[in-house]
Amino acid sequence: MTKGLPIIRFEGVTKCYGKVVAVDDVNLEVREGEFFALLGPSGCGKTTLLRMLAGFEVPSEGRILIDGEDVTNVPPNKRPVNMVFQNYAVFPHMSVADNVGYGLKVDGMAGAERARRVEEALALVKLDGLGSRRPDQLSGGQRQRVALARALVKRPRVLLLDEPLSALDAKLREAMRTELCQLQAQVGITFVMVTHDQDEALALADRCAVMNRGLLQQVASPSDLYEFPASRFVADFIGSVNMLEGRLVVDEPASAEVAVAGIDQPLFLDHGVTGAAGTTLWLALRPEKIELHKWAEAPPALGDAPAGRNAVAGTITHVAYLGSESLYEVTLPDGQKLKALRSNLTRWDQEDFALGEQVWLAWHACSPAVLLS
Amino acid sequence: MTGPLDYLARWPLRLWLAMVGAFLYLPLLALVVFSFNDSKRITVWRGFSLRWYAELFDDGELVAAFGNSLVIAAASTIISLILGTAAALLLWRFRFAGKAALEALLGLPIVVPEICLGVAFLVFFTAILPWPTELPWPANLGAIIIAHATFSFSFVALVVRARLASFDGALAEAARDLGAGEWLIFRDIMVPHMVPGLVAGALLAFTLSLDDFVITFFTSGPDTITFPIKVYSMVRFSVTPAVNAASTLLILLTAGLTALALWLQGADIAKQAA
Repeated sequence: MTKGLPIIRFEGVTKCYGKVVAVDDVNLEVREGEFFALLGPSGCGKTTLLRMLAGFEVPSEGRILIDGEDVTNVPPNKRPVNMVFQNYAVFPHMSVADNVGYGLKVDGMAGAERARRVEEALALVKLDGLGSRRPDQLSGGQRQRVALARALVKRPRVLLLDEPLSALDAKLREAMRTELCQLQAQVGITFVMVTHDQDEALALADRCAVMNRGLLQQVASPSDLYEFPASRFVADFIGSVNMLEGRLVVDEPASAEVAVAGIDQPLFLDHGVTGAAGTTLWLALRPEKIELHKWAEAPPALGDAPAGRNAVAGTITHVAYLGSESLYEVTLPDGQKLKALRSNLTRWDQEDFALGEQVWLAWHACSPAVLLS
Repeated sequence: MTGPLDYLARWPLRLWLAMVGAFLYLPLLALVVFSFNDSKRITVWRGFSLRWYAELFDDGELVAAFGNSLVIAAASTIISLILGTAAALLLWRFRFAGKAALEALLGLPIVVPEICLGVAFLVFFTAILPWPTELPWPANLGAIIIAHATFSFSFVALVVRARLASFDGALAEAARDLGAGEWLIFRDIMVPHMVPGLVAGALLAFTLSLDDFVITFFTSGPDTITFPIKVYSMVRFSVTPAVNAASTLLILLTAGLTALALWLQGADIAKQAA
């Protein structure tokens, strides 16, 4: 299976409900065989985009192509895509096997062939032998598998998943994540998933599209989204972040200095920023990229001076002990607060960073993501 | 152990319940008991007998009236089922001008006093659409069938509409996504969901038609006597235990059908709650 050939194309797709613009001029390509996630807060338009792909909504403007074919006005029952609904929408009056076989029956497939395909699909989602059960005899997780089998049995070009894990409890969700990944690799079908849960998107998807207020914010791999966010919205939406607003002071080809109000020393970057001196920019600094050092130690120097030297003093004002790690809130002398995440590497050393202690916060010059918007 | 029915353990409440029960059901019980009375008079107990029931079945007019009632009930049930379901689907599926008014109008036959409906039908069938009574049986029952369908279709519409309110639109979308067109969605997804409502509505319509007196009284002619009308005329002629026997049969039939309708709806509610 070659990933990379575009299978879905949104061309300038806009959807309005009256005066409300739900999806605003989206241009997007999904590649053959990839696990693609549409991610964003509720009301950002991701579900509308998915429903337009399924055919339940018709774009107000623009075109949608599947396999190079314009499907913009093709009804849902004539599209080579199938959907797993948020609450699974398993037909309550049909047995599991009848549910899974329904799409094939509608297509006019003969009984014997249909039964074979249904068996195959049930085995794929590990529901072998449960074909004669009624949906009300199944757990939530099993119902989801029925919905998956029912969609996959039609061998669609694209499988659409609407918040597939949101209705499951935490433990099951974790297990289903792994399984969805394996399933996708096994069937090799392109998956497009909608989710508001960033962990889910990061863990499952090959690529994610982040949306906000109907606009596409960034399309990238999970690690690129996290480490190289394109905007403050993306940096803030994906994971946790310290956002420092500053002005560009020095801009060299391989280094730069940023002045941040309230921190009485320039912050160093190990790369240049294309911008005039004085340009306003934001440094997005992830909590786990900030190191905590004991006050007794000299200000830590990291990497090659001068670019490596970013250390500021502060006081621990809150500690959230999370077991494997602790999240510290450190207040700087001017009152701004930074979050730092520190793994509890030994069983004792968290005592050195107790509430009220004065500490050094340090980070590499390469750690902050520089954002201009 | 405490439960919601705990208060029943206290004797004053039990007594109260017993009194309410007696008040409601003693007359009916008396009616049923005296239908087995081996006496020509309705007031004196002379021992157990089924002779009044035998007499009923020997009475050709009564059997014919019962046959009329069954045919009218069956026909009006089918008509009201079709009309009522169509109305319920219309109100559930579409938004249109005058929807609220239509919904209110639909409930009108339920709240309008039966006597008014009866008079209205009398006027309608004499002045506007005189139904030819010389038609061969059962076509001569047409006027009564139309009258019954008119009020019972409201009940069917309400029951089916209530059932449709719990329909999950995602099911229809899922079927559509799997390739089903409008007709298949209706046949494979909507109708199975509506079944408990359809059955309950049908039983309700059947029962209402079977024991209706007032409206039937105004629309029936000498050749189109129904069971309740016949019982009424028997009472006017002479009060014999045969009337009791006839009434007992009617009670059994309607109570049985009502219980079935309630049970079907109850099972449905229990299923949704689970």
